[in-house]
Amino acid sequence: MEISRHWRLQQQRYGLVGEICPHCSGKIFPPRDVCPNCAGEAKTPYVFSGKGEVFSYTTVYDAPEGYEGNAPYTVALVKLEEGPLVTAQLTDVENGKVAIGTPVEMVTRKLREDGERGMLVYGYKFRPAVAEAN
Amino acid sequence: MRDVYIAGAGLTPAGEHWERSLRELAFYAIEAVAKDAPQPNPEALFVGNMLGGALSHQAHLGALVADFAGLRGIEAVSVEAAGASGGAALRQAYLAVASGSVDTALVVGVEKMTDKVGAGVIAATATAGDSDYESAHGTTPAALAALLMRRYMHTHGVELKHFANFSVNAHLNAKANPNAMFRNTLTVEAFLKAGMVADPVNMFDTAPDCDGAAALLVTAQPGPVRIAASAVATDTLAVHDRADPLSFEAARLSTARAYQQAGVGPEQIQVFELFDAFTIFSALSLEAAGFAERGCGWKLAADNEISIKGRVPVSTFGGLKARGNPGGATGVYQAAEVVLQLRGEAGAGQVANPIYGMSQSLGGAGATAVTHIFERVS
Ligand SMILES: [Zn+2]
Repeated sequence: MEISRHWRLQQQRYGLVGEICPHCSGKIFPPRDVCPNCAGEAKTPYVFSGKGEVFSYTTVYDAPEGYEGNAPYTVALVKLEEGPLVTAQLTDVENGKVAIGTPVEMVTRKLREDGERGMLVYGYKFRPAVAEAN
Repeated sequence: MRDVYIAGAGLTPAGEHWERSLRELAFYAIEAVAKDAPQPNPEALFVGNMLGGALSHQAHLGALVADFAGLRGIEAVSVEAAGASGGAALRQAYLAVASGSVDTALVVGVEKMTDKVGAGVIAATATAGDSDYESAHGTTPAALAALLMRRYMHTHGVELKHFANFSVNAHLNAKANPNAMFRNTLTVEAFLKAGMVADPVNMFDTAPDCDGAAALLVTAQPGPVRIAASAVATDTLAVHDRADPLSFEAARLSTARAYQQAGVGPEQIQVFELFDAFTIFSALSLEAAGFAERGCGWKLAADNEISIKGRVPVSTFGGLKARGNPGGATGVYQAAEVVLQLRGEAGAGQVANPIYGMSQSLGGAGATAVTHIFERVS
């Protein structure tokens, strides 16, 4: 069931909480406590906006255990507007309506389920950004 | 550090071995190496394996294999570095002999992947990535390769067809290898029409998971093949943490260290068993090892410079793509195949008179790279 494993990640999964480096101001996601830019200690929480664009993407047909029910699904590398890349599924995408450069925003969705009576795991996915003008 | 040599190589067929267990596969490879190097008498055993715990409910392969092979009492541990496990095991054997700690060490790469099928195996192999931040989002090895491949195609203006010859060449070379899983011809047309695994990675772009075992005997006793270099390097585990995902940094670093140790450059390497788990891996590995400029690795395939008679022969026994990819055993197959090339025992797949050959194994999406350069000693 691994409840604690998923519980530990709730701030990242639901809030996209990373870190900001006090030395070089680099924004870090996922949090790692050592800044990848300057190797200084970085433990200051930073909440990402959840906005970004598609850096790359793929539609997964051969899915691993726990994800077969959703296959095929689309996974992307999303370039967050604050800088880091994040790996996440894309959702609410009409077939083929995604491309490198598509603006996306974070939403919370179900990530996986461990069998009929197992735990549901929720977390961030990204969907095409709803235009500001709407 | 003293010089280290390869006293023997043992290869067994890669494929589906329903009748053989993990320990039997390992023993089969040890029997094969004992035929090649009579009276091996190893003082240490290093077992390369990735998925014994996940797929066979069996960890602790050092003691298991030593016990089952009649080597009870010797130093024995298993080494895990995902797809680079076999290469990493060879590295440990090299260090043990080079340091003078032991005179002879046995390396066995073994993987049993066919006791589970489909989604279970995919989930097991996905543990090579970042469990919390990649696999939790449904990524698989093929998905990570696909993310790299699509970005590469976008950045460098390349199409799927430009990668085809990596797989076509591998199948062609496998015809001469009795241990290869697939010895059938693969055409460009079939490659382009193959079903998607994680687009743009298709069924003929990806290497098949399979069972297999291979072994090498490493010794301080001078012999026909010397390990001229042994090097390991790492990159971020997750692809998204890389400043430049289209550069295989671990491969670049470990190759650079290996070239320096051997005192050679890419122009002296006459056979390169690269880690063709996916065609994009081949392209990025060729770039990282200095055989092609950034963004141009695919051209070596498209121009067929990767054939047995080409400038940079790769996958000369079929590579992961056609010989098969038995996980943690793969790195030992790759190294043993280079050894056979240098000994002139590659049959119809023989590269003309090679003096230097290189093998490189990757863990995950290039997060670990183990590189070995071998030299024929005349
Ligand atoms: Zn910093």
